[in-house]
Amino acid sequence: MTTAAIRVEQIFKRFGSVQALNGVDLTVHQGEFFGLLGPNGAGKTTLISSLAGLTRPDAGRVEIMGYDVQTNYRMARRQLGVVPQELVFDPFFSVRETLEIQAGYYGIDPSPARRAWIDEILEGLDLTSKADANMRTLSGGMKRRVLVAQALVHRPPVIVLDEPTAGVDVELRQSLWQFVRRLNQEGHTIVLTTHYLEEAENLCGRIAMLKAGCLVALDTTRNLLSRFSSHTLRLRTMGDQPAQLGMVREEIADKENPEGWWVASFTRFDEIEPLLSSLRLSGCVIDELEIGKPDLEDVFVRVMQEKGCAV
Amino acid sequence: MNDLPMKPSRGFITLFYKEILRFWKVSAQTVAAPVLTALLYLLIFSHVLASHTEVHGVPYAAFLIPGLVMMSVLQNAFANTSSSLIQSKITGNLVFVLLPPISHHEFFLAYVLAGVVRGLTVGLGVLMATVWFAHLTFAEPLWILAFSVLGGGIMGILGMMAGIWAEKYDQLAAFQNFLIMPLTFLSGVFYSIASLPVFWQQVSRWNPIFYMIDGFRYGFFGVSDISPWISLWVGLLCVAILSIITLSFLKRGYKLRD
Repeated sequence: MTTAAIRVEQIFKRFGSVQALNGVDLTVHQGEFFGLLGPNGAGKTTLISSLAGLTRPDAGRVEIMGYDVQTNYRMARRQLGVVPQELVFDPFFSVRETLEIQAGYYGIDPSPARRAWIDEILEGLDLTSKADANMRTLSGGMKRRVLVAQALVHRPPVIVLDEPTAGVDVELRQSLWQFVRRLNQEGHTIVLTTHYLEEAENLCGRIAMLKAGCLVALDTTRNLLSRFSSHTLRLRTMGDQPAQLGMVREEIADKENPEGWWVASFTRFDEIEPLLSSLRLSGCVIDELEIGKPDLEDVFVRVMQEKGCAV
Repeated sequence: MNDLPMKPSRGFITLFYKEILRFWKVSAQTVAAPVLTALLYLLIFSHVLASHTEVHGVPYAAFLIPGLVMMSVLQNAFANTSSSLIQSKITGNLVFVLLPPISHHEFFLAYVLAGVVRGLTVGLGVLMATVWFAHLTFAEPLWILAFSVLGGGIMGILGMMAGIWAEKYDQLAAFQNFLIMPLTFLSGVFYSIASLPVFWQQVSRWNPIFYMIDGFRYGFFGVSDISPWISLWVGLLCVAILSIITLSFLKRGYKLRD
């Protein structure tokens, strides 16, 4: 049996009156692209900090690639690269110095192999032209790239990205995901937290959702979408309104369509034809029609509304 | 993955090197400025007091120089560890040191030794700038070295404690102004405690920095208020006690890890 990339067993953490983590159990397998979602204050960053040894849980156990983060912290930390949420940097150093120092912290001696790997990271994150620039002179997006580079400098098998695209422009976001996807294809396990649910849906094979320190959902992205979300049929009609057919009016009408749209949910496509046929028979003329795919935002909203402290 | 050759000691060496590089990159502020301050002290005090005072049979300017050198060593060793930690905590970049596999012993040693290096660098600078103003002897160079390293070590550790404890710059300033400054200024930098009333002589003997300056001065002139051996033991005891406290902070992650 392969060792889990991350194994979290019954971890609890309390800050004063706040129960930040409340008995979380979680296993992330090697090579996964795993999403960790939840509203602000759900415990995502506390969980990540527990993986990284920055926070010491009150109870429970955390392993990275089979190494306990408390009792075998040296080995555990070598297996893990963390991109912190805050845009932090050391203003005394250039980009290259920052990466060389970070590599040294992980015990990597100066060598042609280390230099080649740093060059490769710089190139992959489009930082080569900024290698000798002081960190203070970089834009926010560039600093974010350096944070990613710092997390990769010791070639960790497990990489945790804590909201890496917060406040980042579209171009950087695209190039960052391209680079992270490549790392995942090369075998790195990726754990991602983000508030951009579309990103999580596109990238993550499996997703866990936290709410008030509890794990409230854990499944493959596909299963979550099919369990908690459905397709939607949106339409605008001329003449009679299809209220009698079980369709509901969308709450927000846009400026161009003050009448708004009517919406119905369905799970199988063969449910559409009877609905359209009923509309036709009732004399409704369809002016515009759209079919919406299920999305993670629906899943997220439903899970947060419905679920308590049990998966 | 993870195939780059790794050596456990490299983490400590890198942190030590980075701490030295950090102060060296702003050496005008961290080295040149304190040298200039010490030079001004010397010029003012020695000019005012030179014709009136001789201490331990040594002209006042010559007596003052080792005191100023040691004061610079002490203050800068404290400043290096405390400012580095508080800045890293407040800006958040301490996370880069907390994430890697660096033990609390390595963390402690790297910061304290870098503080000692800065203290010795500034001390050497002060000595080189002031040595021209008086006839200095170097009676026991090994004592000079021993007390400068020991004094720098004590203050480096105290700076580390302050940097770990403080959450804001004004808390650090309070530590510096209400503890470190009185300890250094009331330690015999500018005078021999023999010139004080008996009560204040007794009070001075409770100040560990007094022993460091007295022992350091012994290295220059071969005379001191207290035997250098006693001063050495006091210094070693201080290092041991402060190290145990600070290492326990670091092991528990006090104010560093939640």
